[in-house]
Amino acid sequence: MQLSTFNRRIRIQHKKSNKTKSTAKIATALATASCSLLGAHSGVYAAEVSADMPTKVANENAWEFDSTVLFYSETDRVSAIEPVISARKEYGEDQFLNLKLVFDSLTGSSPNGATAAAHPQTITTSSGTKDFVTNANETPLDPTFLDTRVAVSASWEQPLTRLTKISFGGNFSNEFDYQSVSANTTISHDFNQRNSTLNYGISFASDTISPVGDVPIPLTVLTTPSEPKSDRGEDSDTRTTVDFLVGVSQVISRRTIMQFNYSLGDSSGYHTDPYKILSVIDDTPGATFGDTVTYRHEGRPEDRRKQSFYWQTKHHFDENIADISYRYYWDDWGIKSHTLDFRYRWKFVESNSYLEPHFRFYSQNAADFYAHSLVNSAPIPEFASADYRLGEFDATTIGIKYGKILSGGHEFSIRAEVISQDGDSSPSDAIGSQQSQDLFPSVEAVLIQASYSFNF
Amino acid sequence: MSINTNFNHTIWLLKMLFKSKLLLICFFLFTVSGCAGVQPWERDLLADPAMALVSDPLEVGIDEHIYFSKEGSSGGRGFSGGGCGCN
Repeated sequence: MQLSTFNRRIRIQHKKSNKTKSTAKIATALATASCSLLGAHSGVYAAEVSADMPTKVANENAWEFDSTVLFYSETDRVSAIEPVISARKEYGEDQFLNLKLVFDSLTGSSPNGATAAAHPQTITTSSGTKDFVTNANETPLDPTFLDTRVAVSASWEQPLTRLTKISFGGNFSNEFDYQSVSANTTISHDFNQRNSTLNYGISFASDTISPVGDVPIPLTVLTTPSEPKSDRGEDSDTRTTVDFLVGVSQVISRRTIMQFNYSLGDSSGYHTDPYKILSVIDDTPGATFGDTVTYRHEGRPEDRRKQSFYWQTKHHFDENIADISYRYYWDDWGIKSHTLDFRYRWKFVESNSYLEPHFRFYSQNAADFYAHSLVNSAPIPEFASADYRLGEFDATTIGIKYGKILSGGHEFSIRAEVISQDGDSSPSDAIGSQQSQDLFPSVEAVLIQASYSFNF
Repeated sequence: MSINTNFNHTIWLLKMLFKSKLLLICFFLFTVSGCAGVQPWERDLLADPAMALVSDPLEVGIDEHIYFSKEGSSGGRGFSGGGCGCN
């Protein structure tokens, strides 16, 4: 994306400077570039405020735009279209304004947590006003899923001292049943001849959840559309989140750069997914052994603490670039995960283009309160969720990206990726007829993303 | 899970990191690189925008949004911003 602008600016600088000044000019440009902040977008990444990080040399008075559109589709489930545009402008003295606008439109069917059964199932939709029918031996998918999201964000970056920079950011995101407001600040400090950068920051977020059909009372029996809504309470609930991040980015050699981050996030308030339920299974031996008796709303703890270590290394092989990262994540819900990500940028110098294969592997264990279903004769637990995203599973992503730098420093790229998630379809604690059902259907998704960068 | 359990887990993880010598290797790399001191005029390759740790912010943003929506864990690189009730 940003490569084009950077190259163009460097070329312009080459043209303007004479030979005697060129060495100093390039050194200054590189130093400036390596100290500049990166990218226009809502998220603040520790790496972005890294002093040793290269980026484009912004041109005062010019807006730099990055735009992209994502097409995402899961087999038999949701599909999404997400256009994004971001803009960045320098206001002198290494001061930058970043703006970003995201539009997100999702449609399709979403699993509601109920399991497949040996009999047809009639289940109330998430709004509580209608029913939908699922055939025997099929996983219930709520067909009424429809959502649009608009998110805007802005950030301001400026130097504090010669070696220290600060950024302030704000985000606002709105869906018809979910609003989020957040603010963050990050400081980066260069040391060790600008070969090392210490980054640290804090973020506050406040979310308001206003589910269709009001907030379900956790673990209560799902009512049918004709019944009084005794399973619903307030019309909205809230959650607050505080995130801390500290990291070091380090130039290892002329070709290699490395980064370590530690993140801590504490959230309190409403964490439950208001649209997820659990099947309650008949555990009395007989003709209906393993059949679904009823459904209950899920319930999650009111607090969550997330932590992670993140390591990333990039290595330049004169033309090609390898990018590898690993994250270890754990939280107090009992989830631990490993994420390994690898990209290799294969440059074609003559055509000013590149190919970039991508591989990602992810593995997580289940949250303490995850259950594929509830047992009818057992006491109702304090917390329970059948949301597959809190279960144990592995996921892989395989993708490839093609990018080309066009005239005028513009750049076009397109990528295609396939994501698959696989869990235990036949858990050992399945009861009766449940044992012949797929209790963790695999998820297959395809994404295509096209991007274009330009100056204005 | 209590804060105490959480704290114990953090201590356990740090012990494991020390045991695995990962921190030692990191410290060694940092020290060595600190001595090496790559100068500004030696940063031609590092100055390649494709070498930025986040070289395509929009792509990273989209990926983080997808995986935040589809997995039980999130974060690590930075603050994502703009929460959602994703399905």
